[in-house]
Amino acid sequence: MATARTPAGLAHGTHGGVGESAPRPDGTLKVTGEFAYASDLWHEDMLWGVTLRSPHAHARILSADVSAALATPGVYAVLTHADLPAATRYGLEIQDTPVLADGVVRYHGEPVALVAADHPETARRAAARIRIAYEELPVVHDEESATAPGAPVLHPGRDDDHAVHVAHPNIVHRQPVVRGDVAAARARADVVVSGDYEVGMQDQAFLGPESGLAVPAGDGGVDLYIATQWLHADLRQIAPVLGLPEDKVRMTLSGVGGAFGGREDLSMQAHACLLALRTGRPVKMVYNRFESFFGHVHRHPARLHYEHGASRDGQLLYVQARIVLDGGAYASSSPAVVGNAASLAVGPYVVDHVDVEALALYTNNPPCGAMRGFGAVQACFAYEAQMDRLAERLGLDPVEFRQRNAMAQGAVMPTGQVVDAPAPVAELLRRVKARPMPPGRPWETAGGAPDVRALPGGLSNTTHGEGVVRGVGYAVGIKNVGFSEGFDDYSTARVRLEAVAGQPVATVHTAMAEVGQGGVTVHAQIARTELGVTQVVLQPADTRVGSAGSTSASRQTYVTGGAVLHACRAVREEVFALGRARLGAYHPAWAHAELLLEGGKVTTEAGEVLADLADVLEDEVIEVEREWRHRPTEPFDLRTGQGDGHVQYSFAAHRAVVDVDTELGLVKVVELACAQDVGKAVNPLAVTGQIQGGTVQGLGLAVMEEIVVSADGLVRNPSFTDYLIPTVLDTPAIPVDVLELADEHAPYGLRGAGEAPTLSSTPAVVAAIRAATGLALKRVPVRPEHLTGT
Amino acid sequence: MRVNFTVNGRPQQADDVWEGESLLYVLRERLGLPGSKNACEQGECGSCTVRLDGLPVCACLVAAGQAEGREVVTVEGLAEHARRRAAGDGTTARAPAGTSLDEARRWTPAPGGPGAQALSPVQQAFVDAGAVQCGFCTPGLLVAADELIERNPEPSDADIREALSGNLCRCTGYETILDAVRLAAARAGEAG
Ligand code: FES
Ligand code: FES
Repeated sequence: MATARTPAGLAHGTHGGVGESAPRPDGTLKVTGEFAYASDLWHEDMLWGVTLRSPHAHARILSADVSAALATPGVYAVLTHADLPAATRYGLEIQDTPVLADGVVRYHGEPVALVAADHPETARRAAARIRIAYEELPVVHDEESATAPGAPVLHPGRDDDHAVHVAHPNIVHRQPVVRGDVAAARARADVVVSGDYEVGMQDQAFLGPESGLAVPAGDGGVDLYIATQWLHADLRQIAPVLGLPEDKVRMTLSGVGGAFGGREDLSMQAHACLLALRTGRPVKMVYNRFESFFGHVHRHPARLHYEHGASRDGQLLYVQARIVLDGGAYASSSPAVVGNAASLAVGPYVVDHVDVEALALYTNNPPCGAMRGFGAVQACFAYEAQMDRLAERLGLDPVEFRQRNAMAQGAVMPTGQVVDAPAPVAELLRRVKARPMPPGRPWETAGGAPDVRALPGGLSNTTHGEGVVRGVGYAVGIKNVGFSEGFDDYSTARVRLEAVAGQPVATVHTAMAEVGQGGVTVHAQIARTELGVTQVVLQPADTRVGSAGSTSASRQTYVTGGAVLHACRAVREEVFALGRARLGAYHPAWAHAELLLEGGKVTTEAGEVLADLADVLEDEVIEVEREWRHRPTEPFDLRTGQGDGHVQYSFAAHRAVVDVDTELGLVKVVELACAQDVGKAVNPLAVTGQIQGGTVQGLGLAVMEEIVVSADGLVRNPSFTDYLIPTVLDTPAIPVDVLELADEHAPYGLRGAGEAPTLSSTPAVVAAIRAATGLALKRVPVRPEHLTGT
Repeated sequence: MRVNFTVNGRPQQADDVWEGESLLYVLRERLGLPGSKNACEQGECGSCTVRLDGLPVCACLVAAGQAEGREVVTVEGLAEHARRRAAGDGTTARAPAGTSLDEARRWTPAPGGPGAQALSPVQQAFVDAGAVQCGFCTPGLLVAADELIERNPEPSDADIREALSGNLCRCTGYETILDAVRLAAARAGEAG
């Protein structure tokens, strides 16, 4: 569908509609402490569930003795693999993940047993009394060890769709993208730059830990209140594990404390339901932070090899790249991450000759899957480093070199897909570059004594400005929006319109997971704009309505927003039909004019009021449910990577300004400016918040965030003491420049916005540190020892 | 063990408290005040920030027994705390006098439902500035920010960053949180 004309309300405005910074409907509850997160839920007679996890990265389970745990007073159930009632494995795409380990554990922290007790501490102590005898097995932890002759095969007898085309069973999926003639282009290149890059394992580190409450029901089913990103995908995986039909597993979204991809896979969902059904009591499970680090998938760490060739006048001729992603012990969304990394490997540039391959490994490292940026983050760090090195070799300004090669609308991707919407890559770079520079030496004060808070090292008082060097760096990235490669990526919305006490009220019901992004605000805004009402009631998200797809891939405003929009328009048509039937005789405009719903009234396009909406409705309740799909995509060819695989592309650019204490290797990011095209800012305040939040997650990857996994597969830093995320002291000013170039294929012209800023932030910060230090810095996060060489 | 203390101006008693239970656990699981959040239980994230005799503390690091006889303000009591402070009745939580029985009797829990309760200036500013996304960090940040403004009515940006440096937020990138604190301070300045 294309929004050929301005929808009703956009131009004249029903208050709180599309394009306004409408306040969050859940804002008041969230500031008073009344908003119920999953971890806040409580039920009479409730038990607490805990998980026993593997201390080894790879081991055979020889025996399990739960008798001491079961005998603990206050314990109601202990479950191991032997107690599972139905399906024993689940997975988003490939059902390779055991509900509880069956004979083998494949990563450090894999769930082995469950306990339900009347106090969480009782449950924890009982879990510690479970005796599991392990026999440790050799660990595979990187490409070399995973594909070596005789390497232990993590999943023997694979029968998934990718198994037949990979060279080794420890490769989950491999996707080449081949276009043009790289060998010929290499022969013509005046400048060739190649490099090896590495990205560490990043954690989503959402603040609200995994949690939920499962309540057994009289009909043998279960009601699950849960923090997740996609209710229906959970349902599809949980029901077979419980051995129940889907209609006996009723799911309701509870408050979600952030997600960023980390709630796409199941964590405690099936476990809590199993314990509830076993004990006949409600069971609550809440991970603590330590367990949360083991309880969800992370961003794939990656090793990337890139070779770029360019002509003397600064035109990119070819790119050859190999991207190896560590998927860890189970598949999760690795195949889709591979597709993204391969198809977006070149970045937002026009390159005619491309030879790329991306693959994901099975190893005994923690499983990796979705995290904001999803395969595009790793590639962006490497290709932007390459672009800077090329510019330097060519003697060109790094921004100008990027602009010369920037894609624009009409460009052809390495997959052959034509970019048929605005792609203002050069303009975004121009905007961040044109911004005035923040003042130098910000720690200097009128009084003479430096304000150490503005220095690298901050209140640690490690420098008063000696050895501090400023650097500036730029980067730009490209992210796909929505689920790709032929996935049927639809959303469902149910919209009701009725008159309550003489006022029209719209009710919107979807299964969209509100995880903090503000989708609920947007749904209310769309309903106000389309139906011309001020009062919009949002029903809790649950599985009584059809799927809304995942809150990921920057897709919810686009896809579930699109479903709400189309449901509203169908409601509107019914209102007009009702009005014609009831009141048509009184005014010819009912039959002949273009009608609008605005300010609670039916008007003509010219603004003449025909009736109050409430009077048209009387006692009638109009309710419509609509499924809505974006344009279909197609899979990438398995040999060439050709295909219209993506729905939409999203672009952001950053300029980073840093001060580096070159003696101690401490970095202070002074400013991190972003320019992004969002097509249409449905809620400008929320869009800016997404851009700033994504930018800071990119900053975290650049200089501090990494889950450290030792060669034996053990996680070394599962806490906020040792895994650092940016605090307000680490975070700079983040000026944001929002462009709104409409994509005519999308509702209101909007462009998914949540992920693109997470891409370019990281390479921009690292480019700035390189500029300050002259170091090559081919790995993120950059640590002080990388800067001091110690 | 039994612990007696004042929460949001109201005397509270918790029974059967285990030795190892934190103030945060008692507030959330025994007193029905889940507004303070648990995101790390290690003193690293600030989501559990409450005021203990006026001072902002991580409730996850305070043993429940340590709260005996003391006065706690949580996010649930922030609006009332701000009202009493604005009314200048001197019983801000820092005052050692505690809460009189009379005051405690006058205290009513917020009637449920959005908008039913008037927000404190800091709460309102967080809503207005877009400082709330998932909101999990918000209760702790509100308590910390409110204490900052009480102590320092005109904080500089560096002051705000310093005061909030123990509170992690994963969603916002902090810019709108800074906006909110500036806004709350500016509004308080105008009103005063
Ligand atoms: S929960 Fe207390 S500081 Fe994190
Ligand atoms: S709003 Fe989500 S952690 Fe701050």
